[in-house]
Amino acid sequence: MAETGTMRVKSGLAEMLKGGVIMDVVNADQAKIAEASGAVAVMALERVPADIRADGGVARMSDPEVIQEIQEAVTIPVMAKCRIGHFAEAQILEALEIDYIDESEVLTPADLAHHVDKWKFTVPFVCGATNLGEALRRLTEGAAMIRTKGEAGTGDIVNAVTHMRAVFGHIRRLSSLAEEELYTEAKNVQAPYELVRWVAEHGRLPVVTFTAGGIATPADASLCMQLGADGVFVGSGIFKSGDPERRAKAIVEATTHYNDPEILARVSAGLGEAMVGISTQTLDPSQLLETRGW
Amino acid sequence: MDKTLRIGVLAVQGNFREHAAVLRRLSVEPVEVRLPEELEGLDGLILPGGESTAITRLMRLYGLDEALRSFDAPIFGTCAGMIVLDREHLGLADIRVARNAFGRQVHSFEADLDISDADGPLRAVFIRAPWIEDAGPDVEILAEVDGHPVLARDGRILVAAFHPELTDDTRIHELFLNLVREASSVGA
Repeated sequence: MAETGTMRVKSGLAEMLKGGVIMDVVNADQAKIAEASGAVAVMALERVPADIRADGGVARMSDPEVIQEIQEAVTIPVMAKCRIGHFAEAQILEALEIDYIDESEVLTPADLAHHVDKWKFTVPFVCGATNLGEALRRLTEGAAMIRTKGEAGTGDIVNAVTHMRAVFGHIRRLSSLAEEELYTEAKNVQAPYELVRWVAEHGRLPVVTFTAGGIATPADASLCMQLGADGVFVGSGIFKSGDPERRAKAIVEATTHYNDPEILARVSAGLGEAMVGISTQTLDPSQLLETRGW
Repeated sequence: MDKTLRIGVLAVQGNFREHAAVLRRLSVEPVEVRLPEELEGLDGLILPGGESTAITRLMRLYGLDEALRSFDAPIFGTCAGMIVLDREHLGLADIRVARNAFGRQVHSFEADLDISDADGPLRAVFIRAPWIEDAGPDVEILAEVDGHPVLARDGRILVAAFHPELTDDTRIHELFLNLVREASSVGA
């Protein structure tokens, strides 16, 4: 009678995270700070994206020991990343009873043509997307939540904005198309017609859509929410800043009160140094993480 | 009965948009509540699902916890909202709630719930759901899963461990609106 792992149950958890901040953490102490600051979930990692970027080499799923330590430290949902297409890492994360798997371009891809078949899992998946077609392909593979990618580990919001404009803007344009034009549009975005039609009819993706990549300030969080995000992922932006706890709390408040400039002004004041960051415009195309995913 | 009901939906974090959508479907005007002054003139309030630690913190920060203690209209809490109403938090419902009682997300489920209604069972979605561990003598238990209470009423307070806003069945919201109509006709 009781059914686990239905799409309603999988996407349902993402629904509960809306209006919230999901924070990258690398140990139990950071996880506790994140929880006490009002994070709705944490992403358990060995290294934050800024360090993965600086260290180079192959980035893989985190050590289960790190993940379990974080699971034991908090009561909020714990997410973890697997490499694109690395279904064995995903199986391990499911065995650890992780609450959400992020099939992430931040890690080094394991498959250059295929993503994980996410329908085979009871644990829900969140996947990155830079445009509408990519988001819909991930949904076809069974993703239960989408995050626009941005450029992780840079502290530069510009790519996140580009991707949100691409996804949300395209959805708005889709709603104005004639029915017969949707067939061609489905071909153009390389996604199933039924999904394209659903999105055109409803004016949104069928799952919760967060924003990630480059969020470093309360104003960044507000910008994302005003552009249409359901919530935000903050990776390196918190624990690579001068005063992580204060910044974490401020970004949480900014995500709730994203439409109230007076509150935003107050919570933005005196936060200390933001993460130094890298302008994504100065990155060589080979250093971009957002282009990973097919 | 004639006037349009105004029902607040606490919108600091969580699944408030879907609750608002159900209210609209039932021809009730939803009002998003993020600050204490937005409670004024409401006929009832819904505390949605979300993360109870985040919601509790944001409520305290903006004085919504105190404001809710003096809010005297009916309140409906789902999942995290049920936790927020229990003895250990706002203390508005005489219940003790066990958080994440059904386990992590892999154990989240949907099931048919017997709500003793002529129209049959209710499909209910449980997401990392809590259950009621202990309830005072005046609390009416309305549904259970494996012997654990998951739907209950304590006077003007209605609580559910599951998410009626995630299905198309509006019976639980209608039940709450009946409480609201009862309360406002008594008050008027």
